[in-house]
Amino acid sequence: MANVAEANPAPHTGGHSWTRWLVVVVPYVWLILFFVAPFLIILKISFSDTAISIPPYTPVFEGFGAIGDFFSQLDFENYIFLTEDPLYIWSYLSSLRIAAISTLLLLLIGYPMALAMARAPTSIRPTLVMLVILPFWTSFLIRVYAWIGILKPDGLLTLALQTIGLMGPDQQVQIFRTDYAVFIGIVYSYLPFMVLPLYSALEKMDNSLLEAASDLGCPPWKAFWKITFPLSLPGVIAGSMICFIPITGEFVIPDLLGGADTLMIGKTLWTEFFGNRDWPLASAVAVILLIMLVVPIMIFQNQQKKVV
Amino acid sequence: MRSPRFDATVLTLGFAFLYIPIIILIVYSFNASRLVTVWGGFSLHWYSAMWSNQGLMDAAWVTARVGVLSATLGTILGTLAALALTRFARFPGRMAFSGMIYAPLVMPEVITGLSLLLLFVAMGVDRGFWTVTIAHTTFTMCYVAIVVQSRLLTFDRSLEEAALDLGCPPVKTFFKITLPLIFPAVIAGWMLAFTLSLDDLVIASFNTGPGATTLPIKIYSQVRLGVTPEINAICTILIGLVTIGVIAASLTTKRTEIKRVRDEHLAARGATT
Repeated sequence: MANVAEANPAPHTGGHSWTRWLVVVVPYVWLILFFVAPFLIILKISFSDTAISIPPYTPVFEGFGAIGDFFSQLDFENYIFLTEDPLYIWSYLSSLRIAAISTLLLLLIGYPMALAMARAPTSIRPTLVMLVILPFWTSFLIRVYAWIGILKPDGLLTLALQTIGLMGPDQQVQIFRTDYAVFIGIVYSYLPFMVLPLYSALEKMDNSLLEAASDLGCPPWKAFWKITFPLSLPGVIAGSMICFIPITGEFVIPDLLGGADTLMIGKTLWTEFFGNRDWPLASAVAVILLIMLVVPIMIFQNQQKKVV
Repeated sequence: MRSPRFDATVLTLGFAFLYIPIIILIVYSFNASRLVTVWGGFSLHWYSAMWSNQGLMDAAWVTARVGVLSATLGTILGTLAALALTRFARFPGRMAFSGMIYAPLVMPEVITGLSLLLLFVAMGVDRGFWTVTIAHTTFTMCYVAIVVQSRLLTFDRSLEEAALDLGCPPVKTFFKITLPLIFPAVIAGWMLAFTLSLDDLVIASFNTGPGATTLPIKIYSQVRLGVTPEINAICTILIGLVTIGVIAASLTTKRTEIKRVRDEHLAARGATT
């Protein structure tokens, strides 16, 4: 993209440079102030001590002149605490496990859907895309809430299974408040995020390649693995990252559908912050989570740049 | 594997999975019985109960104001960011800038929420309506930037260049030529920003203060206590509003798209004769 722009210099690059400045500077400053600066503050607070006062932490450094002071007062207490209490390590590992399994499930369900959409007649494709997007516009919270009524032991799934006779009248579905309910909730909520990037990769595909393969006697399943799947890899990577990264920090789904033993780091951070009011520890939890997600975020950004 | 029947089955199952829970939720908002599994007949009782629930209505009003304000601010900032990304090939820190646009899209909400809260505390700002609005503006502007950017990348720049060549100042060119052409994307961006703001629980929970309880926070605190048909009723209204909005937006986009193509055809014919 940069090359195109350089080959075709925009006529208004010279002259009125103040408007050009404004276009870049206003969103830039906003993002530095409200997106980058908060990360520096979270980093700083993760190195400070808990105090009873509000805000509940003692600042480690005041003003920007005291850089030397800052380093001499750095306090790794919160981080050491995180490694000592197995709750945190298990939360991180369990989050990664749940996110990885969910992403795999999403690929397994989303890929056939995206493929079927891409192979559908051109006339109905916009409608199909619309049908995938519509639930995505509907509130996340509402969609998770809808599953509570279904999965509860005395909910609609139990009722349905009892009605068709798969379950005795005294039996109940024991899914609600387990990891299974969390998987169902995550797959349900994130499915549109997986299907759309896959679809846009599959839709662009040149069908003549598949025709050539079939003319040369390649069986369809082999053509799929040799041609369709490799060509859709950018979509697979984009979809997986768009799902994996936020799922790792997910709070609403494990909180509403998961059980007391469902450990996820988003929930742990929330409890640390709202329950125990330990802001420095919550900050340390967030910093480690961010460090864990740096690599997937970089992959996602590179992918996006290639697409654009 | 390539049979149309396989495709049709996959799509039917997939869409059933996506829609059945929402349909159940809507149906049970009209249930006269309080129990989820018992159908007590059709009733609008829960809608009137919702209507007279002052806490819920206050929260809805706060959410609407936060949504409109943050979506509007986010659309302005996001459109500027999209222009910066597509129209200026080089400026200092361009890589960092595009990174800042893409990162909030996937950033876990707990991190965004907590870090912004700590910023507001460090600045000594009282939490409330404005802090939630700023928080929402920050993450929605990135979505708007992506939507508008994709439109700016595909559009024909010759009109813009013609105006500039004829001596139209850049700012005027933007308002007369560029903005009308990208307007459907700007509107779509605004709608996306508004629904994202309407939907957000986590970031709002961190950044809210007394008197600024948003609807998702209210719904969440009630959902924790159990499923009530009143919540189904308010959810149904929200789903209805969003559905009407999305369908209206897509129809408008389609119509302007058809008009644009027709205009271009006419212009092309005019140029050749």
